[in-house]
This record gives sequence, C-alpha cells and structure tokens, in this order.
Amino acid sequence: MNLEGRKVTVHDMSLRDGMHPKRHQITIEQMQSISQGLDAAGVPLIEVTHGDGLGGASVNYGFPAATDEEYLRAVIPHLKQAKVSALLLPGIGTVDHLKMAADCGVTTIRVATHCTEADVSEQHINLGARMGLDTVGFLMMAHMISPEEIVEQALLMESYGANCLYVTDSAGYMLPDDVKARVGLLREKANPNTEIGFHGHHNLAMGVANSIAAVEAGANRIDCACGGMGAGAGNTPMEVFVAVCNRMGIETGVDVFKISDVAEDLVTPILDFPVRIDRNALTLGYAGVYSSFLLFAKRAEEKYGISAREILLELGRRKMVGGQEDMIEDCALTMAKERQAASA
Amino acid sequence: MSKIKCAIIGSGNIGTDLLYKLRRSEVLEPAWMVGIEAESEGLARARDAGLKTTHEGVDGLVPHVKEDEIRIAFDATSAYVHKENSDKLTALGVMMIDLTPAAIGPYCVPPVNLKDHAGGHERNVNMVTCGGQATIPMVAAVSRVQPVKYGEIVATVASKSVGPGTRKNIDEFTRTTAGAVEKVGGAKQGKAIIVINPAEPPLIMRDTIHCLTEDAPDQEAITKSVHDMIAEVQKYVPGYRLVNGPVFDGNRVTTYVEVEGLGDFLPKYAGNLDIMTAAAARTAEMFAEDMLAGRLSFEPAA
Repeated sequence: MNLEGRKVTVHDMSLRDGMHPKRHQITIEQMQSISQGLDAAGVPLIEVTHGDGLGGASVNYGFPAATDEEYLRAVIPHLKQAKVSALLLPGIGTVDHLKMAADCGVTTIRVATHCTEADVSEQHINLGARMGLDTVGFLMMAHMISPEEIVEQALLMESYGANCLYVTDSAGYMLPDDVKARVGLLREKANPNTEIGFHGHHNLAMGVANSIAAVEAGANRIDCACGGMGAGAGNTPMEVFVAVCNRMGIETGVDVFKISDVAEDLVTPILDFPVRIDRNALTLGYAGVYSSFLLFAKRAEEKYGISAREILLELGRRKMVGGQEDMIEDCALTMAKERQAASA
Repeated sequence: MSKIKCAIIGSGNIGTDLLYKLRRSEVLEPAWMVGIEAESEGLARARDAGLKTTHEGVDGLVPHVKEDEIRIAFDATSAYVHKENSDKLTALGVMMIDLTPAAIGPYCVPPVNLKDHAGGHERNVNMVTCGGQATIPMVAAVSRVQPVKYGEIVATVASKSVGPGTRKNIDEFTRTTAGAVEKVGGAKQGKAIIVINPAEPPLIMRDTIHCLTEDAPDQEAITKSVHDMIAEVQKYVPGYRLVNGPVFDGNRVTTYVEVEGLGDFLPKYAGNLDIMTAAAARTAEMFAEDMLAGRLSFEPAA
C-alpha cells in the first residue's frame, strides 16, 4: 500500500509507560531533560503521569518519585512546541485528577478502560470534552475481543465526547492482521472526524509492523516510546518507527537523527535494566498478559520461588486485566502453597 | 414475636436480593416494595411474595407508612434520588438504611462500628460501598492492633455484577470508599481502587487490603486480629474468606480475601452485592431489636 504523504501524529510514551520499567522513579530532572529533547526533535505530543495514570500512586502500583502534579508543572512550561497529555484510568483516577492535570496545562486527556468496560469512562470523557481538551478513549487489552465488539465499545466513548479512539495492544499480543481488522473496522464505523489511534507493545517485536499496519488501516495517531522505554519489552520504539515512516513517505514531523540521539543519550542511560524481549516479556506477548505485570512477577519469583513465567501464564489463564497487579503476589502465594502441599 | 415492618425502595437486583434476606429475618418483615416502573419484574416478584407494591416511587409509599407501620426503609436506588427519598420518609419517623453512595448519614460497616450506632439517634445510616463492606473490616483488623498511617484497598468485581449507576459514577465509589477506609477503617489516609473484570465464567469478588503501619507490625497480634475479623464477617456473609495473608513486608501488611455471595437472588460470584444486602439486613436487625425492646423510636417530625 502506498502511504506516501500520510500524516501521522506520534505520541511519546517514554515518560508515562516508561515509568513501569523505572518503577515510577524517573526524577523531575530526567523528565525535564527527556521531554525537552523530544520537543526539540519535533515530537508533537508527550504523555506524562504515573505509569498507571493520574492517581496511580499507590502500594498496588508503586509510589512514584514525584506526584503527577509536580511532574506536569516541571515539564510543561519548558516545552516550545510539544503538548502534554495525561492518562486516566477510571477506578484509579477521578475527575479531580483530570481537573488538576488541565490546570497544569495538559491539552490531551486519555481515558483508558478495559476493552469491554467503556461505559465507566462516561463522566471523565464528558468532562474532558466539555473542558475543550483533546479527549481520547483508550481501549486496553484490545486483543481480547473481536473487531465488532471493539467498535461497539469505542463508539460508546465517541458518544460521550471522545474525538479520538484507540485500539490498545496492552499485552503486545497482536499481529498485523489483528491490528488491521480492529483499526480498519473502527475507521469505517466511527465518525469521519474522529481520529483513530494505536498503542503497541514490542513483546513479540511487532511494535513497528503493527503500527504501520494501523496506519494502513486508517489510524493517524501512533503511540511510540523514545528508546522503547515502556512496560514489558517496551512500546513501539519511536526512533525506529520514525525512520520507517521516513522511508515510506509517512509524515511525522520528527527528526530521525535527533530522536535517535534522545533515545541513545538521554533515555538509555536512565534504564535500570535493558528493556528488551527477555523470556518473561516474550511470555506476556505470547500469552496475552498485561505488560506492566512484568516486574511484579519478577519480584514475586524472587520472593516465593515460583518462576515469573509460570506466574504470568497463570494470570493469563485467569484472564486478569490491567490494574490487577495485586493478583500477582496472591497468585504466587497460592502456587507456592499448592507446591508445598504437593511435596508434603 | 412481632416483627418490625420494612419497605424496600428499588425493585432491581439489590432490592430483590434484600427481599430474600429479609424474609428469613426473625425481627424484620418486608411489607412494601417501591419501584418506578409498573412492568418491573422485581415488583411482580415482590407481589408474589405477599408484599404491597407501588410503581410511583416513594410518593406512592408515603400515604401508607403510618397505617402499615413502616419503621425501617432500605434505599437501593441511586445517590441522586436518595436525599429526597430519605427526607420524605424520615419526616414520618422511618429509619433509613442507605445502600446508595449518597452517604448523608454516618457510615456503617457492621463488624466494625454497628454497635457505635446502637442507641444513637441517627435516622439515616449509610452502607458505604460494596468494596467498603468487603475491605474495611480488614483495615480495622490491623488498626485495632496498632496505628495505620495508610490504608489502600483494591476491589475487583465481575463485570456482570456492576450496574449502570456505578458505571456512570465510578468516582463516587473510589471517593466514598476511600473516605470510609479512614473514618471507619481507622487508617490516617485512605485510598480505594476498583477494577472490573469481564472474564467468563464471572470471577468471584476479590479484594486486596494493604495497610502501612506506623511502626513495625506486630505480626502475631495482627494475624490473630485478621482471623477474628474474618469470623465476624462470616456470621452474615459465610462466603467471606481469607485467601492469602496477612503478608508482612516491612511496614506493609496485606490481606487477600474473596467474597462469595449466598446466591439468594444474585449469582454467587456477585459477593460484592451480597455483602451489601447482608450488611444492610444485619444493620436493620440491630435497630429492629432495639425498637422491639423499646430502646429506640423516632417520632415523626412535627
């Protein structure tokens, strides 16, 4: 397919999804330097919040190095052209958080629900739209339901006021045909003025290929993370996606060398471990498990002696959804008890 | 023995499940069910069970309160209409048990603070939220041993058990529950998270309760307190079970529970709804016992 001249808005995830591999410990100074690097490279939109969105600070998901408000107020005033978005998961964050983020100068609010539960987003999407924000409905774990069901849920979000609808591959499970089927049908059924977006994870190394498939099927917003810093094996690496877009004539407005310098000089040095497809990240993509479960499963492995892979597979069997990080320790404890009983 | 007559406002799943529970009570007699739709299945079921019904909302009940001696009413409608319902009925001397998140009256979580309300003069008590009923006993089990600086609860419920009211205003769940984790659970700071899971077959309600204690946790005393509290809740929700924990990790104390319902009218996985109706029925029974013993009566407002 010829995509020459297609315009795509790339949306950087390294300072939000990238909070997961950093256990939410990115410092204010690191947020500032990376966001300014992204801004100078031409990235138009940057997400900044706790990895689990506004209000994610918790025992369950991890306490961050600074509050959402501190991060946002430290980042936004220094950007020349880039805008900043905030993620909000109803059930974790509330409209109070949304109002705070808007007050800090956020221009885009992304309201995320599990793919079957769009109707819990009504009050937040409504408010975002009423406040005149760029308001995005974000359907997570979209591999779990059919394209028809995705459309049904996404159109609910559109009816609440969302001007952009996302197919979100939280588990990095989808293959390009899965992406095309979902994005394509959504493009066909949504209001022509509504934008369509795709958020990928790189657990099966399909981040770039899936994102290109999404563009082919009609998406014009693509989530990427500079240096690939995101949950699991990371998100679609921004610098690679931009390079591929350049080759194909897709316009992102991002400078490929500048963004690859940001990845190399600013993002990679702050990583605590290489974000790559190790056996556990591969398991996430292979079994369809929420990418941010990765580090929790590794910690449970160390504490309870059950391999992270077995824990992740069990969570997949139990059909756990995003936000159920608490079930990782619970699951490891139960498995350890069963093993003890079996060996006794 | 005579029983205290009750009205159930709301003819949906919660109201109907409550009806089943009240019919087993030795001190409560469900006499009226109030709905807003003439064709409501819930109202038809209530009529079959011998209750009087109206589909004209609380206004349809008001003229009968005195002659039918309604002393307690349960509101299982929505936060938006609760205040109006409550004002109309408390003016007639009816005690309100509020199952909506409106929270006009003080919070009541039976094994933790029901006795504090006995002999009191509140005309309206609030049952917090399903997540609150399922988790606050565990927060209290820790805070009665030693100070808790932060209590956080994660309630995971089956998608099928979450009604449209909760979905339209999920913030009210997180806000009300977090407030009650502090006020009733005894944590200095409270936080609540709700996760909705659509798996089939539906998952039984799961709750995780994290407490951060101010000083190093007294493991032995907390473990005993948690097991004692589980037994207290089991008196009215037999399917309330400790799955794992308490886990001690530095100053973090975490308990993992599951709540299976009785399956009266609601399916068993919907332990989140069952614990609400069971707690409401238990609360009403305590007030009814006081009323029958002549220790409690509300005069209608002049």
